Amino acid sequence: MVQDFFLLMRSELMLILIIFGLLFLKLGNARLKNETVMNMVNVVLIATLAMGFLVKDTGMIFGNMFHTTDLIRLEKNILTLGTLIISLQSYQWLKAHKHAMEFYLLLISTLLGMFFMLSSANLLMFYLGLELSTIPLAAMVNFDLHKKQSSEAAFKMIVSSAFSSALLLMGISWMYGIVGSVSYSAIAAAISGSPLEILAFVMILAGFGFKISAVPFHLWTADVYEGAPIPVTSYLSVISKGAILFVFITVLYSVFRSMGDTWYYMLYILSVATMLIGNLFAMRQQNMKRFLAFSSIAQVGFILLGISGQSVASSTSLIFFVLIYIFSNLAAFGVVSLVSSAYGKEKVDDYKGFYQTNPLLAWTLAIALFSLAGIPPTAGFFGKFFLILAGAAKGNWLLITIAALNMIISLYYYLRVVKAMFMDHNAAPLEKINTPLSPKIALIICIVGILITGLYSGAYEYIYSLVS
Amino acid sequence: MVPVSHILLLSTALFFIGMYGLFTRRNMIALLMSIELMLNSININFVAFNKYVWPGQLDGIFFTIFIITIAAAEAAIAIAIVINLYRSHLSIDVNDAAELKH
Repeated sequence: MVQDFFLLMRSELMLILIIFGLLFLKLGNARLKNETVMNMVNVVLIATLAMGFLVKDTGMIFGNMFHTTDLIRLEKNILTLGTLIISLQSYQWLKAHKHAMEFYLLLISTLLGMFFMLSSANLLMFYLGLELSTIPLAAMVNFDLHKKQSSEAAFKMIVSSAFSSALLLMGISWMYGIVGSVSYSAIAAAISGSPLEILAFVMILAGFGFKISAVPFHLWTADVYEGAPIPVTSYLSVISKGAILFVFITVLYSVFRSMGDTWYYMLYILSVATMLIGNLFAMRQQNMKRFLAFSSIAQVGFILLGISGQSVASSTSLIFFVLIYIFSNLAAFGVVSLVSSAYGKEKVDDYKGFYQTNPLLAWTLAIALFSLAGIPPTAGFFGKFFLILAGAAKGNWLLITIAALNMIISLYYYLRVVKAMFMDHNAAPLEKINTPLSPKIALIICIVGILITGLYSGAYEYIYSLVS
Repeated sequence: MVPVSHILLLSTALFFIGMYGLFTRRNMIALLMSIELMLNSININFVAFNKYVWPGQLDGIFFTIFIITIAAAEAAIAIAIVINLYRSHLSIDVNDAAELKH
């Protein structure tokens, strides 16, 4: 049905429009200013976002390989919103870059891959989406072409993502051998928890673990985050991770539902290890990007705790948390990116006395860090609260206690930055930064998002109604 | 006919030889070759399952075709990154690209 095709795939088609538009502009050797390209892409992204909210529909196309529901549409909208914020934030960095158009080509391609991944009802479709979203990302990590660190990070990224895809594929191939099909519904109907199935599942879990950087598989994360340009780092830590988490929960809850008792203990161990090691390593970091990298590892630990609850509340709290996490982490990265592009400084010590010269930016960073730490008036508190509540459904109080203690540990390193900005005295603090319009809009969206989702419960209830 | 267990043994061995290469080699191109080895072992696995266990459908073969294509795309990007890395480091040894630590 042609109508179905256009309606169900409208977000994807919009992105394809951007990709081909940019490609033809590039081929036609159009001499556009970087600002023009950015504004064009931002307008089309806003249109995509608006279209995503417009019509509600559910359906399957491509021989049941691609499906869309209202929940998936909401997840796509969350990712589009995040990409829009990052696109606004990258203004200062891309303004003078020689290859701004290629950057947007790669960025939108990865977003398209994530959309296909979210809509997949089949492991083949999932794999294609996954690779479409990771291969261009490695090229984006290398976008500071003359920096040594950038290419080193890109190589680490592509090797580790190829290795994790290989593990994932090995698991999928065994699953195919057992079931005889790669569609989600067929696998869900056929598996019973035999040892061979558990072997295949462990391999698939390891592949996912790499992508969400859960602890035994996290070693690439900090290096890649530090070496990549800051907008790409924020994209990696928020959008790409969020998309994989959305798919992870679909795969666990609908495909491997009958093995729930088996994977509960796997997630338990992963969650405890991820929280602890992420927190302990975040404490000793001096570089802001590396510090945010380890903090994002620790956040994944809390998310895994929420997922282990296996209920409607778990899916809801995960999606809600990713929404909040997009706002808070992007606000933090936005300020770090402004400071870095103005002065090239990324150390925590450089932020000493930041409040004296840049009060507004200091408050923005402080609110973002409070939200990441989970301090009540901000949205981060409710995100963590719902995750832990969902995890508590299993009645495993030891796990909940460990999580609560980890939240206290995490306060140390988040507040260390706040202390440096507000309380430490510095004879020569960073001078006042002039914020251009588009990063300003991005920061305002983030702060408003943090405060509104924190004070108003509508978002959580809306997601809950879609999940159940 | 060759029994399926022989083929699965071959593919598993190839997979772990590739993994061993990935962990021990120091040359970046050799790392990429190891990854290709792992992906090809998965292709063997898919084709074997398709032929022996589930004849009469083509899911495994399709998957193999897509894996081959994507492996080529991955190698293209990876080699582009290695070339760019060579320009700044003048080496493709993993030990020489060790600026990011702790």
